[in-house]
Amino acid sequence: MRAFWALVQRDIKLATRIGGDAMTVLLFYVMVGAIMPFAIGPDKVLLAKLGPAIIWISALLSLLLALDRLFRTDHEDGSLIAMRQARLPLEMIVVAKLLAHWLTNAVPLIVATPLLAILLNLDAGQTLKVILTLLIGTPALVCFGAIGAAVTVTIKRGGLIAPILILPLSIPTLIFGVSALSTGAIETAASSALLFLAGFTLLALVFTPFATALALKMGAE
Amino acid sequence: MSKNASIDPTPQDLGFFSRIAHPGHFLIWSKRWLVPLTIITVALLLFGTYLAFFNSPADYQQGDTVRIMYVHVPNAWLSQFCYAVMVVASIGSLVWRHPLADVSAKAAAPLGATFTAVALATGALWGAPTWGTFWEWDGRMTSTLVMLFIYLGIIALWRTFEDQARAGRIIAVITLVGAINIPIIKFSVEWWNTLHQPASVFRVDGPTMPMSILLPLFVMFFGFSFLFLLLHFISMRAEILRRRVRALERRNAQRLREQQA
Repeated sequence: MRAFWALVQRDIKLATRIGGDAMTVLLFYVMVGAIMPFAIGPDKVLLAKLGPAIIWISALLSLLLALDRLFRTDHEDGSLIAMRQARLPLEMIVVAKLLAHWLTNAVPLIVATPLLAILLNLDAGQTLKVILTLLIGTPALVCFGAIGAAVTVTIKRGGLIAPILILPLSIPTLIFGVSALSTGAIETAASSALLFLAGFTLLALVFTPFATALALKMGAE
Repeated sequence: MSKNASIDPTPQDLGFFSRIAHPGHFLIWSKRWLVPLTIITVALLLFGTYLAFFNSPADYQQGDTVRIMYVHVPNAWLSQFCYAVMVVASIGSLVWRHPLADVSAKAAAPLGATFTAVALATGALWGAPTWGTFWEWDGRMTSTLVMLFIYLGIIALWRTFEDQARAGRIIAVITLVGAINIPIIKFSVEWWNTLHQPASVFRVDGPTMPMSILLPLFVMFFGFSFLFLLLHFISMRAEILRRRVRALERRNAQRLREQQA
């Protein structure tokens, strides 16, 4: 278990120190969210209605942008080969990297969400709900990103291919994440959507380490 | 790769399945099947087209547009069947590392994408006169569109790898991940919005269509299924030969380099 936490710490350090670019993702997230009103128009009522969807799309795109560095640098400098020789199973190594990736990429987005919520005219209750759904939903997005990153890590000129693979797989998360925020007559549907979202995230958390580790092993041969 | 794809002399001691699945032997026995399969496919499709156009009634509400169904439904079925073929092939290439399984999975992907695209296109053409719109964000249509995206992603992935043998096993992983996800995507999208009619052929209480419509539908279904089998065989053969050509080219380049040295 010490090796596990050491790996988490290492990845967090690499992401936050000079040369790491965890904050770039955050900036991208806020910018994508803030650029939407320029396309939609400054209609406050409309923005409040579209707000949750805009925030979710921004989070999805930001996490897609970030996933390439999940395994890429470790593959290029050979750390991944060293990690495969470790006594810690590769599946646990993947979990450690996922945890560190979620902490350095997804959590800053969630923390910055109130800022976007103000720009998009969401009220406090909606903002809290958006944060809740993002907390529950982003682990699933990071998980699918990890599978895509592991599958494409050995491809030299394949920067765009991982998002292409992952976007269709992210659709359930997106549907349930945004449905959980709907208000009015379908309030009960919203609460069941939240439960579906949580269930889907749990499912992704169980399957992802194995699929990712398998893809990494197949890629290293 | 080159080793796997080359014929080694008669492996008589192998079991039946290993023998027919050996790439070299596959090339030999599949060649004998091409002509009969072509005849069966063309005959079924011609007979089905005849039935569909001249020997089945027009719908009392939809008129002649109902005949689009005879192309639309078989393609929609095959769009999912192709993925099932890819899943079985992926298990084959992950568990037994069988070179023919890679080839089968790779050959099935463009076919599946095409069937899916045809199902979507015919569905849009059918939807325009009957629903009044080419596209609706309905559950089934949307999940078919997502299916097409998954196929296209997998094809794009095949094209980015240089080493096709390694690509086969990596793509097998993402194919299986997709297989777990496709039912969830279908469910979530249908939960999201539904307009498409529910299943009306395979139901517990029997089909809801008269025989005069079911017969051409089944003939066309078998016709398109045989078309898939035929095209799958042809593109598997092409892929095996393409890998051999590449292996020979590589060997040739190596020999040239040794001569120069």
